[in-house]
Formats: sequence, structure tokens, C-alpha cells
Amino acid sequence: MRTLRFLLQKEFRQIFRDPSILRLIFVMPMLQLLVLPRAADYEMKNIKLAVVDHDHSSYSRQLISKITSSRYFLLENYPSSYSKAMEDVEQDKADLILEIPANWEKDLVKENESTLFMAVNAINGVKANLGGVYLGSIIQDFNREVRLKWIQFPRFNPEPVIEITSSNWFNPKMNYKFFMVPGILVILVTMVGAFLTSLNIVKEKEIGTIEQINVTPIKKYHFILGKLIPFWILGLVVLSLGLILARVFYSIIPVGSFFLIFAFAAVYLLAVLGLGLLVSTFTSTQQQAMLISFFLMMIFILMGGLYTSIESMPLWAQNLTKANPVTYFIEVMRMVVLKGSGFPDIKNHFAVVLGFAFLFNSLAVINYRKRSA
Amino acid sequence: MKQFISFVKKEFYHIFRDPRTMMILLGMPIVQIIIFGFALTNEVKNSQIAILDNANDPASSSLIKEIDASRYFVVARKLNSYRDIEKEFKKGQIKLAVVFPTKFGEDLQHFNKAQVQLIADASDPNVANTLTNYASAVILNYQSRINNQKKLPYTIKTEFRMLYNPQLKGAYSFVPGVMAMVLMLVCTMMTAITIVREKETGTMEVMLVSPVEPLKIIFAKAVPYLLLSIVNIISILLLSVFVLDVPINGSLVLLISESILFILTTLSLGLLISSSTDSQQTAMFISLTGLFLPTVMLSGFMFPIENMPVPLQLFSNLVPSKWFYSIVKSVMIKGVGFSAVWKETLILFGMTVLFLLLAVKKFKVRLA
Repeated sequence: MRTLRFLLQKEFRQIFRDPSILRLIFVMPMLQLLVLPRAADYEMKNIKLAVVDHDHSSYSRQLISKITSSRYFLLENYPSSYSKAMEDVEQDKADLILEIPANWEKDLVKENESTLFMAVNAINGVKANLGGVYLGSIIQDFNREVRLKWIQFPRFNPEPVIEITSSNWFNPKMNYKFFMVPGILVILVTMVGAFLTSLNIVKEKEIGTIEQINVTPIKKYHFILGKLIPFWILGLVVLSLGLILARVFYSIIPVGSFFLIFAFAAVYLLAVLGLGLLVSTFTSTQQQAMLISFFLMMIFILMGGLYTSIESMPLWAQNLTKANPVTYFIEVMRMVVLKGSGFPDIKNHFAVVLGFAFLFNSLAVINYRKRSA
Repeated sequence: MKQFISFVKKEFYHIFRDPRTMMILLGMPIVQIIIFGFALTNEVKNSQIAILDNANDPASSSLIKEIDASRYFVVARKLNSYRDIEKEFKKGQIKLAVVFPTKFGEDLQHFNKAQVQLIADASDPNVANTLTNYASAVILNYQSRINNQKKLPYTIKTEFRMLYNPQLKGAYSFVPGVMAMVLMLVCTMMTAITIVREKETGTMEVMLVSPVEPLKIIFAKAVPYLLLSIVNIISILLLSVFVLDVPINGSLVLLISESILFILTTLSLGLLISSSTDSQQTAMFISLTGLFLPTVMLSGFMFPIENMPVPLQLFSNLVPSKWFYSIVKSVMIKGVGFSAVWKETLILFGMTVLFLLLAVKKFKVRLA
């Protein structure tokens, strides 16, 4: 027990006397929490529109002003022809082209039917699709207005209409930050856990101080515990810091219990630290350790459902995410913070992450050799 | 020149004799392309939804069938009460519930007007928004099908054309982004770290007292990473053409020369970082927070730049990968020529020169 205490003392001194680690722990979370959620907004607005109006009728003008007064579209340009509009798209000055053919209004009134042409830059498929849906619904609205002007409708609708009302639970204002902040917190905790532990041990290997430890009577588990405990504590500190920042800057107050968040984080950190340990036993230089943890982190983060939802992945990828500890914590954070889920809702997550913790740590202990190669 | 070549050789040995690092350097782009190309999409398909059918009449069940049959949704649960919706949302599997009122069919038949309520779990606003939109589209489709027989007067039809990417594949926007990300990572981070490593382990002193000019030492560090990056570009392009079916619509020569220009930009940035730091951990910290995150967040391939607050939009102009991303998108997918990307090219070139000058100025020949 005394040995462990001394080891812990040593580790904490090492951490607090290294400004770069301190920066990593305190500056990075601040920066990321303050900048990332503001940048991460998928909502499609400001879609740049180019209108080619061959008709120049009062209807075409009404339609255009109806479109531009919605909050989704910005009228960028009035090119004189479709090919001119295409040039705008090529130069990224426009995302969507609306072409109104000549005699559009006349056809609508006389022939009872007329057509609009739209072309959208679909390199970003989702943006294109949603842009199309928005524009389509505005045009339908306009169509209804036109009909109302020409036809006197009876008291009841002449044809069956299904009215759709929609409501958004848990986040009625559709604030994207509520969604991103808990997820980014998970990433921060993971980074501190996995990156720092692996780098820390490998650094001892690289500068040779690990040999000094290897020739002392310190037990294997002492050494490993001595490395784990400081970063476990730091991870929880970063989490608390993050929750405070979320409270102050985004006024996000967890709906569920704080205790549950911290209990889960405590178990989760064990798993992540185990992973860091495992990486450090496989590598011999900081460069290698960094690259490998970076590589793993990148896959974990991208496949963890932070930016893109897991349900839209193909089945094989969905199965892969089940082997990703980050997925579970992100889900739990979002469930507890936003929806106030309780322990029964997340008990499976607990079990799985506990399993990860056992697996990674036992592999790391087995792999760690006191003897030098 | 001979000295320079032998220094380049030395650097190659450094890389080749560390197979783990090399495997990651060459394997990373491949894994990334596969993940991005196949797994990362915002598309909605087969999303699990819950139904609360208070009506239980022919009209509601035929609409439910229609929803279930669409490729966006699978009806996973039939609920019995309003309270169950919250329970299901809390479990996290189900993100959308469709609620039919008790007299859905009756209302539709007698009054020609019935209501459907869509309730979305908006803890993920993006998914909630998309699901609600798609569900409305399915319901409207159903409605216009039952109205099919009667032709309505004064109808505006719309014809819709998807440019460049008619199948709406996610890979079209992710491939250029991955190229920027991988190059940023391999070049900047790795060059920054290798030089600092020599400082940290003390071998830099040995080289500085050799008769080789100091600048040559530094440039010799950059050459292997330049070649590695070119290999990476080629593997990314091959994978995207043959595995992901993303075409190269523009000129290949232009694409590759723009890539080399971007590699030079990132290499000189790496040199700049390495000559201003002393420890690997600091170099790593700078590359990670200062470069990697902005590359992912602000180059426009993950999140639309035009939605960001103005200060971030202005800041994104300083991120080299933003310009490269736009070049690759234009050349590779839109298939436009140099005349459309000369501005971006000029900016990248300017950045390269600036970084190089700063790096050379900051590089200390003398030992501390």
C-alpha cells in the first residue's frame, strides 16, 4: 500500500510539472467545448438559390418572393439562362437552380397545368435532398394559394386531406448544441484517458526510466495501478469541468441524475484507461503510441454516433459499433442528460462497458513485461 | 547534393524500420475511405418507428402499411397509450412515433379531413428533422395516391434534377474531405514530430555539428513524407474510383498537381511547428488542437460553413484544407478546369511560401 502511495505521488508530480499535459487537460476541453458545438450545425438554411425567370409574370415574381422570404433560401443571382446558372453552381455561388419557363403563368391558368424545373448541386446528398423537400413544399403552398384564388371551395374539402402536425420532444427548440455538447464531453474524457495513459508509459520507455522501475521490487499491479489512478481522477475532473462549462455557456442541465453520469463515467474510464495501457504495452516510442491511439480514436469517434447517427449506417457497420466503447458512453450521456433516462434504461450499457474494462485491463496486464526485451 | 541524398536515405530508414508506424501511415487512408464511404451517412433508411393507432380502422391500417413499406421506415412497435411513447424514447431505440386519433378513418371519409400527429425524439435535432420530413412526404404521397382519380385544376408540376450526384451518395462529399484530412495528418503531424523527436533525443545536436547545411537537414526530413503522401493520394483515388464508384470527372493531372501543392503547404506547416516547439507532446498538442480539429470541423465537409457564426466563418478562411477541399470537389466531381480554381490555388501557394519563410526564420542553427 505504501509503495502505491509513493508511486501515486510521483505520477501526480510528473503530471503537474509538465505544462504540456496540463494544457492538454485544461485548454483543450475549453477550446473544444466552446468552439465545436457552434460549428456543428447540420440544419440546412442559407441555401443559395439562382433563379432563371423566363416568364417575368406576376406569378413568377410572387413565387420568388415567397421562396426568398422563407428562412431556408438566399436569392443569390438572377442569371439570364440555365447555362449561366450552371456556371454559378460550378463556382459554388449557387446550390440550387430554379428555372421558370416562358409562358408559365399563362399555361397554369389556361392549360390548368405548368411545370417548374429545378436542379440542385447534389455533391452533398443530404443537403440536396432537404433543399428539394423545402422548395417543393413552398411551391405546393403557393399552388394552394393560386387554387384558392380561382376556385370557390365548398365548406368541406372536395378531396381527402390528411393534416400532419408534428412535435419535438426533449428538445422542442431543436437546439443542436444540446445534442452535441454531451457527445463532445465523452470525446474529451476519452482523449484524456486513452491518449495520456499510453503516452505516459511509452515516454518512460523512450527515455529509459522504465528500467529503473523494472529493477525495483515494485509489483506489476502496483505499477499499473499507479499509472491508472491519476488518469482516472483526471478523467473525472475533466468531466466535471465539462459539465460546469456546459452549464455556464450552454445552460445545459442534465435532466437525469448526476450520480448516474459519474458512476457510468467511472466504469467507462476504466475501460478506456485499459485501452491506453494496452496500446502502451504494444509500442515503444511516443510517435507510435500517438499514431495508434489517434487511429483508434478516430475510428471510435467517427463510428460512435457523434456526428452521424448509427441507424443510418449499413448493418455491418452497426455491428462494428457494438465493439466500440465510445458508442455506449455517448448514448448514455445523451439519454441521461437530455431525456433523463434512469438506471433500468441503461443497465445493458453498464454491463457491456464493465466487460470492456475487464477485457482491456486483463490483456494489458498479461502483455506488460517487467523484463526488457 | 550527395549529402542531401544520404540524409533523405536516413529518413527513409527511420520510417521503413518502424513497420508499425508505416503500416498505420499507409493503412489509415484506406480505413478512413472505407469508413467514410460506406458507414458515415446522414441518410435515413429503415429507421425504427413506433405507431400509436387509436383508430384501428381500415384507413389507418392502410396508411401504416404504406409507411412500413417505404424504404425509410420500419414499424417496430405498436403502442397502446400516449405514455408508452416517452418510455420508448427513453430506451433510445425509437426516434419517431406516429399517432392516429380515434376517429381517423371516419373523419377522412365524412369530413375529408383527418389528422396524424408525428412525435419526434428531438434530442438529436438533425435526425428528428429528417425523420419528420420523410414521414410527411410518405403521408402526402399516400394522400395524393388516394386522390389520384380526380384531376385537380391549376396544378404546378415540378421537375427535379440532381446534379453531379444523382444517387445522392455520401461518398461524393466525403472523399475530398478525407483526402484533405489524411494529408493534413500525415504531413503536418508526422514532420512536426520527427524533427522534434531528434531534438528531444539529442540527435539533432549530432546533425547540427556535421558539415551539412542545417536547412538541408530540415528539407531532407520532408522528402520521405512527400513521397508517402503521394502514395496515399494514389491509393485514395484508386479506392474511390474502383470501390466507391466516385468518378474523377476533371483532369487527373490537375488533381494530382493540386494535391502536391497542398502536400507542400502542409509540410511547410509541419516544419514551422517543429521549429517552434521542443517536445513531442507539445508538437502533438499543437497539431491536434490547432490543425486536426479545425480541418475536420471548418473545412466544410462535415458541417456547412455557411451556417456557422460569422467569426468562425472568417476563421475558416485561414484553414488550408478548406481551400483544398473546395479544389478537389471542383476538379474531381464537378469536372471543371484550372480557370475555376485559380483563386484557391493562389491562396494555397501563398500560404506555403509564408509558412516556409517563417519556418526558416525560426529554425535555430545554434544549440540552446
